Amino acid sequence: MLRTHRLTPFLYLAPALALLLFVFAYPLFAIFDFSLRRIRGATGPFIGPENYRQIFKDDVFREAVSHNAQLLLAVPILVAISLLLAVLLYERARGWQIYRNILFVPYILAVPVVGVVLSNMLQRNGVTNALLRAAGLDFLALDWIGSARRALWTVMGVIIWREMGFGIVLFLARLLSLNEEIQDAAKIDGAGWWQRLLYVTLPQMRGIVEFYTVVSIITMLAWVFSYVYVMTRGGPGNATQIMELYIYNFAFRNSLPGIASAVAVILFVITLALIVPLFRFRARTEMEDLG
Amino acid sequence: MTTAVPVPPRKPPRRLNWTAVAKHGVLLFATVLVLLPGYFMIITAFKTQAGYSLNKFDFPHPFFTGNFVTAMRGGRFFLWFGNSIILAVGAVLLSTLVSALAAYAFARMNFAGRNLMLAINTALMVIPPVVMLIPLFLLLTRIDLVSTYPGATLVYAGLLTPFSIYLLTNFFRTVPHEIVESALMDGASTLQILALILLPLSGPALVTLIVVNTLWVWNDLLIALVLLPQDNMRTLMVGITVFGSRYNNDVPVAMAGMLLASLPMILLYLFGQRYFIRGLVAGALKG
Repeated sequence: MLRTHRLTPFLYLAPALALLLFVFAYPLFAIFDFSLRRIRGATGPFIGPENYRQIFKDDVFREAVSHNAQLLLAVPILVAISLLLAVLLYERARGWQIYRNILFVPYILAVPVVGVVLSNMLQRNGVTNALLRAAGLDFLALDWIGSARRALWTVMGVIIWREMGFGIVLFLARLLSLNEEIQDAAKIDGAGWWQRLLYVTLPQMRGIVEFYTVVSIITMLAWVFSYVYVMTRGGPGNATQIMELYIYNFAFRNSLPGIASAVAVILFVITLALIVPLFRFRARTEMEDLG
Repeated sequence: MTTAVPVPPRKPPRRLNWTAVAKHGVLLFATVLVLLPGYFMIITAFKTQAGYSLNKFDFPHPFFTGNFVTAMRGGRFFLWFGNSIILAVGAVLLSTLVSALAAYAFARMNFAGRNLMLAINTALMVIPPVVMLIPLFLLLTRIDLVSTYPGATLVYAGLLTPFSIYLLTNFFRTVPHEIVESALMDGASTLQILALILLPLSGPALVTLIVVNTLWVWNDLLIALVLLPQDNMRTLMVGITVFGSRYNNDVPVAMAGMLLASLPMILLYLFGQRYFIRGLVAGALKG
């Protein structure tokens, strides 16, 4: 540690602190205040919990919440697919680095690009259905985006398609840091592929899997706006309405920032609740000594 | 098929072959699934409308480049590119600068409340921007910074800063104490230690930081949509979202636009895969 004047550290912290106060601290206080007011322009009269009462009465909000909840089903799928592919890559299948670099590509692509390309492919007369028909699977050539029953599942599939690259690379980094001697010892003892996976590899992955699970939960609840906005704008009807879009619509389309702030508060509280397990799992991962 | 890991001799070779085939099968299937949209985007971008409706998955013949002309007509694409570049460069530079100063204090100085502040900083990394957006928009409206570069740059820089502080603090801590000590003996000032010792040694961490942060600003849609509503301030992401719905019925032009928009990141990724992969993993865990 450097020996400095008592105030020197704060001098170095000041610019970052100013920026963080502006972008995080002020807004995080303000949403609580806004959520209790009827905002017109910059502020408005205090109305107590009226905004909260409004949103809980609103069917569209309830649909949004249930859709976010449905998107949580993508979490176990993401974990399973990423784990499987990471383990396969870890076994150094020939060309594993090329596979890894390709499988990571969707995560580099911007969501609007992914959204526009995949919505075009998944249109009723798009290339996906053309392929299915060519393969004689006409009964599978469905209206993937235009149908209220299927649209959210389609969006979920696109989210999984793009986000899995991150899971694969994260798990692979962990696997590559494992002690190979344990693997070799298990092999010499005659453990088969499944036995090694279940009893040797996976137990050592616990921390990182838990960490990725919580990160994915946060993603599904609060970071999927761009997918929905680009692919469906919440439609057809409200079939793909989600909390983020609800905030966006109420704050910036319907000019009701008070209502939107109440939802923002709820989202903030959910995220805060998830930060605790996230920190615990991250600490455990660090103890597992990721290289 | 062989694996690089030596195979224990008691395993029957036949069984190994089958599992190897199955494993490669799964990997190949996933790879095809990942590459298919890219393939579709590229072949469609070079087709005429008529060619596209005739056959959706063959190679383009005739090879048609007119879609790119249509997509770039009026120079909108270049405007969007320019806006995205200005914002990304500005926000990443500003955030790196203030974060380097703060990380230096966190990593190398003692002060009251240091650990608490670091913990809060780490927590901020997870807060979704949509939560802060309403007050930020109202505040920027009041001080006339909506649809301006400074307004959006400040917000982006602020959003990048928790991660930047986190990564740089972890990195500065790994610089050996002896190097700093000997610089002090030579009469270096506190600021000189940061500028002449720590930062030059942080090359890899800085590259990681710049890659991750640039990608973040470049790919953001929500903040740009809200804070830069004016037409000529659109970023590439907002631009192509509008573009995609406008050419919803002209798929080849839409694909040409998407190809143009993703070209910079794909090229960067081809040349610096290591930095992208390492950077984004480090971003999730530690520096």
